Amino acid sequence: MATSVELVIKPRRGWQAIDFKEAYRYRDLFAFLVWRDVKVRYRQTLLGGTWAVIQPLIAMLVFTVVFHRLAGVGSDGTPYPLFAFAGLAPWTFFSTAVSQSSNSLVGNQQLVSKIYFPRFFIPLSSICALLLDLAFSLGLLVVLMIYYRWHVSFTALLMLPVFILAAVLAAGGAGLILSALNVSFRDVKYAVPFLIQMGIFVTPVIYPVRYIPQKWRMLLGLNPMAGVVLGFRHSLLGSEAQFDVITMSLFMSVVLFTIGLFSFRRMERRFADVI
Amino acid sequence: MPPIVEVRNISKQYRLGAARAAKENFREFLLRKVKAPLHMLGGSSPNGGPEYFWALREINFDVKEGEVLGIIGRNGAGKSTLLKILSRITDPTEGYVHLRGRVASLLEVGTGFHSELTGRENIFLNGAILGMSRSEIISKFDEIVAFSEVDKFLDTPVKHYSSGMYVRLAFAVAANLNPEILVVDEVLAVGDIAFQKKCLGKMSEVSRSGRTVLFVSHNMATVENLCQHGIVLEQGKLVFSGTSKEAVRHYLGGVLQTMGRDGTNQVDLSNAPGRRRDGRHLLTRVEICTDGDRPVTGGLEIGGRLKLKVHFNLENPTDSFNIGIGFNSMMGTRYFTAHSFFEPDRSHGERVGPQVFVCDIPSLTLMAGDYTLKIWLDVNSAKADEIEDALRLTILESDYYGTGKAPWNGAVVMKHNWYLEEPSAQSADAEGKTETISTPR
Repeated sequence: MATSVELVIKPRRGWQAIDFKEAYRYRDLFAFLVWRDVKVRYRQTLLGGTWAVIQPLIAMLVFTVVFHRLAGVGSDGTPYPLFAFAGLAPWTFFSTAVSQSSNSLVGNQQLVSKIYFPRFFIPLSSICALLLDLAFSLGLLVVLMIYYRWHVSFTALLMLPVFILAAVLAAGGAGLILSALNVSFRDVKYAVPFLIQMGIFVTPVIYPVRYIPQKWRMLLGLNPMAGVVLGFRHSLLGSEAQFDVITMSLFMSVVLFTIGLFSFRRMERRFADVI
Repeated sequence: MPPIVEVRNISKQYRLGAARAAKENFREFLLRKVKAPLHMLGGSSPNGGPEYFWALREINFDVKEGEVLGIIGRNGAGKSTLLKILSRITDPTEGYVHLRGRVASLLEVGTGFHSELTGRENIFLNGAILGMSRSEIISKFDEIVAFSEVDKFLDTPVKHYSSGMYVRLAFAVAANLNPEILVVDEVLAVGDIAFQKKCLGKMSEVSRSGRTVLFVSHNMATVENLCQHGIVLEQGKLVFSGTSKEAVRHYLGGVLQTMGRDGTNQVDLSNAPGRRRDGRHLLTRVEICTDGDRPVTGGLEIGGRLKLKVHFNLENPTDSFNIGIGFNSMMGTRYFTAHSFFEPDRSHGERVGPQVFVCDIPSLTLMAGDYTLKIWLDVNSAKADEIEDALRLTILESDYYGTGKAPWNGAVVMKHNWYLEEPSAQSADAEGKTETISTPR
């Protein structure tokens, strides 16, 4: 019998990169985990997938009334509801993804303590499963755009996948770190909703970037989601792009994701003992 | 040719009270780190000390290709930790394992089953979790379904399955794994008898097919049947390695705190090796007596009266405490559980300090043979102490039925009668009935 794989199990120390070869061998499992999360997500709910649309829609209505009508917050030249929704779609994706993935390891305790597979599949698959929700809300955005007779620039639209990827990386980076921390410190469960609530204010979701003085704008670029929101508006609504901020932001999401992978890899050794 | 599994100097250290450490919050964590700046970077450095314990210590063994190895040892001996290291769930603290083949491990059946998904969906999910590719699962699908006998319910969510169906499906997926090295933990103790037989059959088929299997079990008969070799773990150390028969014999010999070994009827439990790791050392001693409080030192006859006087301490005043005694065969099968919880007349009020709780069994009708007893103490509905294999009880052959013939075969004896119905009595009986019907009063 030919031995196909050789493996040496020994104590691991220090920082290590993710074993992508192994991850590739397990690729079918990743697909199944995503598929499971999609299947299970809206089981036994009355409204099912509609939930994916209801959340940003209601938030958009509330924001339009409170911030636009009452507080007089303007947009970047697009009708405010469109403006708000184009920001809320990726933001809702991000916030749901972070809160779901940060609880994913603890929620899959049985898997973690009973079987081996690349652990980072768990937080990342729960994020990828939410892309379907994002697709639904983008569908609703299209309906809104038709209603407002808003035109799409197809060249700008080609950029959209880049921003979706950036959103996945940003959520992935945060999810990897938070889910791993959550194994040892259940404080994460309480901190995450709070951080997400704060996050919407440092991300230009409800207000246009022009409200921020020019000299502070680059600071916005430190927030990976700022670039995603601006990028969504640019590619979907044709808003004027702040490319310096966006580039900085995209870079940050790659950095965050890389940090996430490495720190997750470091913390994962203790999962089975501590969870 | 090098061995397919090579285990060298494997040790595993755990922090004591890992459960408490897990609940430590972030502030406490920072405080601990700040107070001990030297440990800041070496969080994983094994520096001994009282707050650590070794779950495994310098384990060495080889497994040759096609060999079936049984791993035996009582609870807490380190079997599960060893399996977890072999299946890569947790890292060893020291040493290494060299595996020359694809490993699949089965520490539990149905890992990753999702109750909202249907049987069909779970086959795919569970298969993937166990390391099968999609195409492998598709090619094995029919075999899995046939083995599980749940074909009619394939499209029903498994939350509506009976526990038997659930387990059958889970085992069926696992049984169709095709790795070169299979690591199995006692998953056979599932389902009804017929299915257990089927599982055992599958296991021996697997072991005959030249697969290398590492198998942990409490069931000595299974170990002897399935495995060629066996190793015995005791308190984290490998204490015996040899053929499975020898290993089983070694284990059974070592387990026993033979009652009356020193010629008395007293068994000291204060340092019992079978104590659960978190047991609070409250159970101190057992006295074995029979009728009229006469001490039992050699053995008890079938049907004899057994009085077990369990000595224990209560740390705080309470009226809520219970003792349980499990009578197990040497192969690990539970035959009978005596529990003070079943005593209807308990009016002792609050107690504290040393106590003696007597379990009086007027007639113990277990078949002649050796039994190992597990004793545990619950205080305020929580397990306070527990000792596996606390003592051994030998039941001697006796003239239980009073006929001069010793009972044989079976696990228990029961008083019973035999009589033949006389043909005439039968008809008389029948006539009697007709009579009552025809002449109602």
